[in-house]
Order: sequence, then C-alpha cells, then structure tokens
Amino acid sequence: MCLAYPGKVIELEGDFARVDFGEGTIRDGVNVSLVQAKIGNYVLVHAGYAIQIVDEAEARETLRYWSEILAAIPEDRAAIERQMKGGLG
Amino acid sequence: MHVCGSHEWAITHFGIRTLLPENVEVRAGPGCPVCVTPAADIDAAVRLSMEGKTILTYGDMSRAKGSGMSLFEAKAAGGDFRVVYSVHDAIKIAKENLGREHVFFAVGFETTAPPTAYEILEGPPRNLTFLTAYRYVPPAVEAVSQSPDLAVSGFLNAGHAATVTGMKAYEPCFKKTRKPMVFSGFEPIDVLISIAMLLRQITSKEPKMDNEYTRAVTWEGNIRAQAAMDKVFDRVDGYWRGVATIPSSGFKMRDEFLDCDARARFGVKETPGSEQFIPQARCGDVILGKIDPPECPLYMNVCTPSSPKGPTMVSAEGTCKIWADHKILASMRCRI
Repeated sequence: MCLAYPGKVIELEGDFARVDFGEGTIRDGVNVSLVQAKIGNYVLVHAGYAIQIVDEAEARETLRYWSEILAAIPEDRAAIERQMKGGLG
Repeated sequence: MHVCGSHEWAITHFGIRTLLPENVEVRAGPGCPVCVTPAADIDAAVRLSMEGKTILTYGDMSRAKGSGMSLFEAKAAGGDFRVVYSVHDAIKIAKENLGREHVFFAVGFETTAPPTAYEILEGPPRNLTFLTAYRYVPPAVEAVSQSPDLAVSGFLNAGHAATVTGMKAYEPCFKKTRKPMVFSGFEPIDVLISIAMLLRQITSKEPKMDNEYTRAVTWEGNIRAQAAMDKVFDRVDGYWRGVATIPSSGFKMRDEFLDCDARARFGVKETPGSEQFIPQARCGDVILGKIDPPECPLYMNVCTPSSPKGPTMVSAEGTCKIWADHKILASMRCRI
C-alpha cells in the first residue's frame, strides 16, 4: 500500500492543510499531524494524511540527475526537457 | 523482487520488464495488503455488517471475498458498509451517526497504520471501533529472502512504507540475509535507476542498503508516525493470506485501547482455519511471487477484472488485476 502522492502545502490551519497536487488538483483537509509541515513544503499524502515531507533539495538534485541521464538519449532530449520543466516549482 | 503493489503497477504500466536484459527478472512479492488480509478477518467484517454494524473501509477491501461473501455482496443481503478514503472520513461518519455502531476495517501496511494509530490516540467517538489487520513488511522481506524456491537476488524496497519506518527498519533483515537492497521511488525512472543500483551491487558482490528515493526516504524515517504506532500497537505474529504466518508481522491493539478494538467489543475470534481461496485458484502463489498470473488456471478465463475470483484480481495492487488491466496474457520469466 504505497499509493502516496506529492503535493505542495498552500494553506495551513492547525493540523490540516490545503495541498496542491498540480494540474488543478487541490485537496483540503489533509491531516499534517504526523509531519512538521510549513507552507511551501511538499508532502507525501497517503489516504488523507501527510506521511513525510519531500526534501526539496534532494528532489531538485534527483531531477537534475535524471535530466542528465535522459539528455544522453538524443532523440528523447527535447520531449524529456519539456516534461522536466513541469516538475518542481 | 519488490514487495509493493504500487511498484508492480509502475513496472507493468511503464513496460519496465520489456526494457530489461533477458537474464534480469523482477518478481512481484507480497505487497498487496488487501490480498494478504486473512479470509477470517474479511468473514468477521461481513458478519459484523450483517449484525447491524456499519463497516467502513477502503474500496478494494469491500470487494474481496473471505471464505464466503464480500462486504459488497453482504450489502445486497442487508449488511451495511460504506467506502471511505481515509480513517478521518470514518470518524466523521461515526460522529454523524451516533446511534449506530461503526467498525473501521483497518487494512494496510505500515504506510497506512500511523494515521489510524494517531486517531486512536486522539480518542475516536465511542461508537467507532477498529478491526485492524495491518501487516508489517520488513519481516516478510526477511522471510522471502530465505526461501530457496524464490531465490531472490535482491530487493526493491517499498519507498513510501520506508518513508514511515526509515531504512533502519530493514537493518536486522539486511544484517541477517546480506541480500542487496535498494529503497526505490515510484516514477518509472526511479525504478530503472533502482534496478541498475541493485545490479551493480549484485555484480560487484557488495550488498548494501542503498537509497534511490533520497527525496523521501531517510535512515530514521518519520519518528512521529513510528511513535504513534508503537503507542497503540504491539507487534505479533501475522498470518498473510495464502502465504504463511510470519513472525512479528502483525499489529495487535494494546490492552489500554481495548475500548477501540472491534475484536474485543464484538468477540471476534482468531480463526485462521477459514478456506483461503476457491478451488484451483493459485492466489497464494501469485501473492508470494512464485508464479505469474497467467500460470494460474483461472486467470483471464474464469477470473477477470469484471468477475474476480480472488483478492489478487480484486485489488488495484493485486498482481493479477494489474496484469489483466494491461492485457498481459503470457508469463514473463527470464530466459537464461
């Protein structure tokens, strides 16, 4: 049971957050009691609860690493770079 | 081998197996919580629903049959259940219907147990109890790694479960078995990189506990979530449906939370003797990763997504359902 989705905390009130999962999907009432989230953090949400904070520095590093790997495939480079731009931030 | 239905979905959906060399095989291990929930627990939930309690559970769980009806079928027979997305919804529904007993059928792995533990600590409404059937994955990885039949060379570990437990939860298993391990994310490229990392460990004969999912998995994991689970649950032996009883892989509510425990309130007995699957069905072998779905005689003739005969075809994380949805009709064993 690993279905968890990363989303950005855009509002926070007590134990509950409004989380933006991108592409117009926003969920209210995500319980953040199990993590120490701040507005602007990305969290992994599983069944309505944030279970972990996504380390933004590590995520950026990962995305950079991926684009290096993928850019080594010339045919795919343009399409992949377009997709990568839809990543963090 | 991986032990996560979400990994099986990513691997199948993105055709990862078609990209691998002929001598590399990724097998789906016991990573589907609905699939491994004992028939006896499902039967208990169905019985309670027929006795006038409202059962609250996740969608997949309601369609899995125990030794008799599923909750979904029980509803047609007068039983009561409602699908919820989260334990929070279960609490809300119970509060809105104080005149009726509600039971949250709490199924899942250690990714799912912390929110339930948290809500039990917060004090749920008196008319809500929990029928917990959570399973803990690290002991299952240890059990599987010791199986000569399966002959696993390395593990792709479930990234999201590990965000909760931390990599540390796998240290005892790693020290004992020295099997290569990579904690993997769920994007297709995460999986490919993780497989490459595993192959590197295998060929260099240097097994490690490697982390590919660095943006979410740490050594320590989520301490708050772990603390909540430790306060509410003891770990006990757990029966994995069709597989085996694996030591320390089950969660039992501690005595001080007996008020929240549906097993205590409604006298649910531990009866593992129920029939696990229908005759000829090889769900257990699929769950363990011994066979691929097409090797079961019922796959895609008698047993299909619209007419599932076992939990592996019911659940979104079941290997049979995932393969069937992607129209895979042949086994993909590696040819050495």
